[in-house]
Amino acid sequence: MAAVMATTTETTGTDKASENADTSTLSIMVEFTGGLEMLFSDQRRHALSIPAVDNNSKPVTIAYLIAYLCENTMRDTRKELFILDDHLRPGILVLINDADWELEGEETYEIQDSDNILFVSTLHGG
Amino acid sequence: MDLVTGKVERLKAQILKTEVELQQLKTQLAELEALPPPPSPPSPPSPPSPPSPPSEAQVQDKSTEISPEWKWPLKEEEYARYGRQIILPSVGIRGQLRLKSAAVLVVGAGGLGCPAAAYLAGAGVGTLGIVDGDTVEVSNLHRQIAHSTARVGMKKVDSLIQYCRGLNPEVKYVGYDDHLTPQNAENVVSAYDVVLDCTDHPTSRYLISDICVLLGKPLVSASALRTDGQLIVLNNPPAAQGSTDGGPCYRCVFPKPPPAGSVISCGEGGILGPVVGVMGVLQALEAIKLIAAGTGKENNSIPKEPLTPSLLLFSANSSTLFRSIRMRSRRSNCFACSASSTLTPKELKAGSLDYVQFCGVATPINILQPDERISATYYNTILASETEERGLLLDVREKEHFDIANIPGAINIPFSTFQTRSRSTSNGDASHLEWLPEDVGSDTPIYVVCRVGNDSQLVTKKLKDMGLDKHGERFIGDIKGGMKAWKLEVDQTMPFT
Repeated sequence: MAAVMATTTETTGTDKASENADTSTLSIMVEFTGGLEMLFSDQRRHALSIPAVDNNSKPVTIAYLIAYLCENTMRDTRKELFILDDHLRPGILVLINDADWELEGEETYEIQDSDNILFVSTLHGG
Repeated sequence: MDLVTGKVERLKAQILKTEVELQQLKTQLAELEALPPPPSPPSPPSPPSPPSPPSEAQVQDKSTEISPEWKWPLKEEEYARYGRQIILPSVGIRGQLRLKSAAVLVVGAGGLGCPAAAYLAGAGVGTLGIVDGDTVEVSNLHRQIAHSTARVGMKKVDSLIQYCRGLNPEVKYVGYDDHLTPQNAENVVSAYDVVLDCTDHPTSRYLISDICVLLGKPLVSASALRTDGQLIVLNNPPAAQGSTDGGPCYRCVFPKPPPAGSVISCGEGGILGPVVGVMGVLQALEAIKLIAAGTGKENNSIPKEPLTPSLLLFSANSSTLFRSIRMRSRRSNCFACSASSTLTPKELKAGSLDYVQFCGVATPINILQPDERISATYYNTILASETEERGLLLDVREKEHFDIANIPGAINIPFSTFQTRSRSTSNGDASHLEWLPEDVGSDTPIYVVCRVGNDSQLVTKKLKDMGLDKHGERFIGDIKGGMKAWKLEVDQTMPFT
């Protein structure tokens, strides 16, 4: 009986913890190509856990993610190669789950758990 | 003089346009004549045996090489040459006739243009125009496969046409051995049905997109760098400015050009041959698909499925080589293709758009004082001197460049390592000094060298900002002009990359 009780408690505890995890962080995949990976430790794919809400308790958006990446993921000091005038620098496309972010609301898109967000620098060589 | 040149150019363009139109009319006629099965049971297309009574037409019209007995829309040789693609449902005899009547313009005869033009020539487009002002260099040959070692120094346009003609002499080739400019763009592009952007810079990419919007031409655009490539079909279908039926143009996707400093060429960043080759081949494929499907032909008014514009990403080192991305449609406030656009051919030609200024120019860095810079020659005398301290030579090029060739005694600290910020410390100084050999005296001079003398200035400044120069006690400076100057002034044998 005691054992059953313990198991139940444990299970509830785990459920609660995962519920908390679901509401407090989002697991997303962020990818960089076209040379942008150089700004992010030469790594193309980054599995990240980001807060689900910002400081004002609003759901986080792509704008939040861009600032978050600059602050937490980018190891290069040349931020101007990623951000210009507080926005993504021209020449970088953002693709949310394989669609142009302009189809999804650009910077205001609210990030969902397990989203795939790809940053592509445009190439010009030929 | 300019007036005459202009007139000559216009006439040339007009003649070409008319020739293309004539060819198209001929093909349309042939297509129509071919459609209903010949009333009499067709005798198998035996090789044209000498026709019994030589007819008048044959005597008069020797130019068409088709005997009056020949009742098929293509020449005999063409069935043999194109048969393997004609039997595909997506081409068919109708598609082949469309290819034959199509004029395709390839802008850029480099890594993209070579394979693209080759496959278009092979597929039997009627007219193939090629635009490029450059000449063939040895450094092109690993990827620009239509040129050859023997043709180094030749105009790329001539070299590529020579290659394509060898592949398929049936095609009419038109070469423009000059770069596309706002002034010549209209004359050049107007004679063609489909345009391929095989160039290598944002300035030309915006110009080509603008003229394609103005003249209503679909545009197959591709680019490549290092191990990545991108492909997108723009202005497809090529509806008028303001029409929402049209596909997006380059400006819809990239309304603002990237900062000039972020634009990296194949010469600087490197490029793997098959990567740019794949992209050029795909451009030819998209163009062939467009033409064979009859896009842009007025007689093809069958309602089509709505086109979802997509961008194809190629990544040689990724686990998924190809990735297709759904793209936006036309931008409602697009500078070029929206209803509010004020762009006109006349304005473009008059030069009111400065594409170079629009895209910006990466200005050479000049942040050091003259006494903070030494020449390559002078550093060589330091090396040879027995009295002067050699100091520490930092080569800040990336490792791959350094590994090819370097100045004796240089140590390699790639520029990018100076850009890494330390997360634990606020000033990050401690981590930056890890590379400094311990046996180097604190007043040993530090010389910085890079590829051409820009990064070396930035690093010199950074080292001084970190306090390494001890307020002037220790000399820190760079070698003006970098390894390029070293090769020029000191060691001509040094490979320069």
